[in-house]
Amino acid sequence: MKGNDTILLFLEEVGLIGRFTGKFLSQWFKPRYEWNELLRQCYVIGYKSLPLVGMTGFIMGLVLTMQLRPTMLSYGVESQIPAIVGISIIREIGPVITALIFAGKIGSSIGAELGSMKVTEQIDAMEVSGTNPFKYLVVTRVLATTLMLPVLAILSDAISLYGAYLGVNINGVTSAHLFWMQVFDSISFNDVLPAFIKTYFFGFAVGIIGCYKGYYSTKGTEGVGKSANAAVVVSSVLIFIIDLLAVQITELLGYN
Amino acid sequence: MNSSALTNEIEDNIVMSITGLCKSFGKNVVLNDFNLTLKSNQNIVVLGRSGSGKSVLIKCIIGLLKPDRGSISLFNEEVSTLGDEALDQLRAKLGFLFQSNALYDSMTVRENLEFPLRRHWIKYNPTEVDVLIKEALTDVGLLDTIDMMPIALSGGMRKRIALARTLILKPSIILYDEPTTGLDSITSKEIIQLIISIKQKYHTSALIISHDMNCVRMASDLVIILLDGKCYACDTFENLKNAEDQKIKQFFE
Repeated sequence: MKGNDTILLFLEEVGLIGRFTGKFLSQWFKPRYEWNELLRQCYVIGYKSLPLVGMTGFIMGLVLTMQLRPTMLSYGVESQIPAIVGISIIREIGPVITALIFAGKIGSSIGAELGSMKVTEQIDAMEVSGTNPFKYLVVTRVLATTLMLPVLAILSDAISLYGAYLGVNINGVTSAHLFWMQVFDSISFNDVLPAFIKTYFFGFAVGIIGCYKGYYSTKGTEGVGKSANAAVVVSSVLIFIIDLLAVQITELLGYN
Repeated sequence: MNSSALTNEIEDNIVMSITGLCKSFGKNVVLNDFNLTLKSNQNIVVLGRSGSGKSVLIKCIIGLLKPDRGSISLFNEEVSTLGDEALDQLRAKLGFLFQSNALYDSMTVRENLEFPLRRHWIKYNPTEVDVLIKEALTDVGLLDTIDMMPIALSGGMRKRIALARTLILKPSIILYDEPTTGLDSITSKEIIQLIISIKQKYHTSALIISHDMNCVRMASDLVIILLDGKCYACDTFENLKNAEDQKIKQFFE
């Protein structure tokens, strides 16, 4: 009986998120357009996440290279490090790690912000002021996360590769020209495009889950904390599920 | 004046009319056939125990909650039949002071007051916006807080800023949701005085939800006792205070 209840609750939650997504899709292209708020959110969500995403990307590239080096050395293929690191960062690690960092920073902040606005009646006040709070708060944030994560992922990839270049040069000497030539020679359009497209879905998932959890926050301040937490957990799991689906789809389409 | 002209004049004075309002949450019946009539330049205080449905009542009036049954008519317009745009236009004539103030904590006082002006269907130019903001802040005596954040203000100041935001669109009806809750007695009296002076200055009507007997006594023209989801009694404060009915008496003891 308890197991059935859990399944029912899970399915109910999935249904509610689906309905919330449907509402977003039906509202986002209808006037009135909240351009100013969308731009502000792009600035807050995109530009202000750049230092964190850049720093984690740099460390990721550096550490990946340093961890990979002994194994590659034992197989005698040390020269292939730039190619292997390049492919793994562009195809998988860059987009996924960036999305997870993004979920932790932006998903939680959206969940907490909307949650606290909900419990302090600010969302109701907005509605009374002649504003559609769903369009003003949810549509702008979901669009901003969907548009900004791909940009952040590209920048993170670039910074990661720079970290990898430094990593390669810690125990050896590889010229920048050789490093970048090896990276770009090993990467094809089929590596970049699917990885780039899936970041839009990651961004959408982070935005929609953060907004859903915050917008329907209950139980006062305790609920705000739970919303922020749930926004990170659910959107992180969703990122892996989307990644799994993306791999299957690219496989079917012959991009792998 | 003939009788039909007199009837018309009385009807013209009615700014809000609620008939047979019902609202339930699951099996919990909150409002059950509630009736109310608010006239122009009249303050009605709704008195009821905690959880009796007072806040639900004003959220139904402003359109934040949808009633199960019944009619809410504002300025002779039925709220339930209005589309989004018409409802927004109607809301321009209503002010709502939230119990929690509901100030946008990411905005300054100026931006909080500017928000309803920027969002509403009426378009104001920047000079008009500035004048209206300063006028509303002067009304509540807090002009010097214009560039402060709500978090930097005391509870009473936040309440007054929320009241200034409510006033900025010059509403004809103001709905006050427990305006003195959480305030000390001196600040409460200041807020009550503000409510009274707003009525005198702008000739607004008001529906006030309150537990505070000082507020009920000072700010009301009529008092409604909300009991079991119905309008149990409706009379002046003095008449209700002297009533023999035990259920009414317990509110004034």
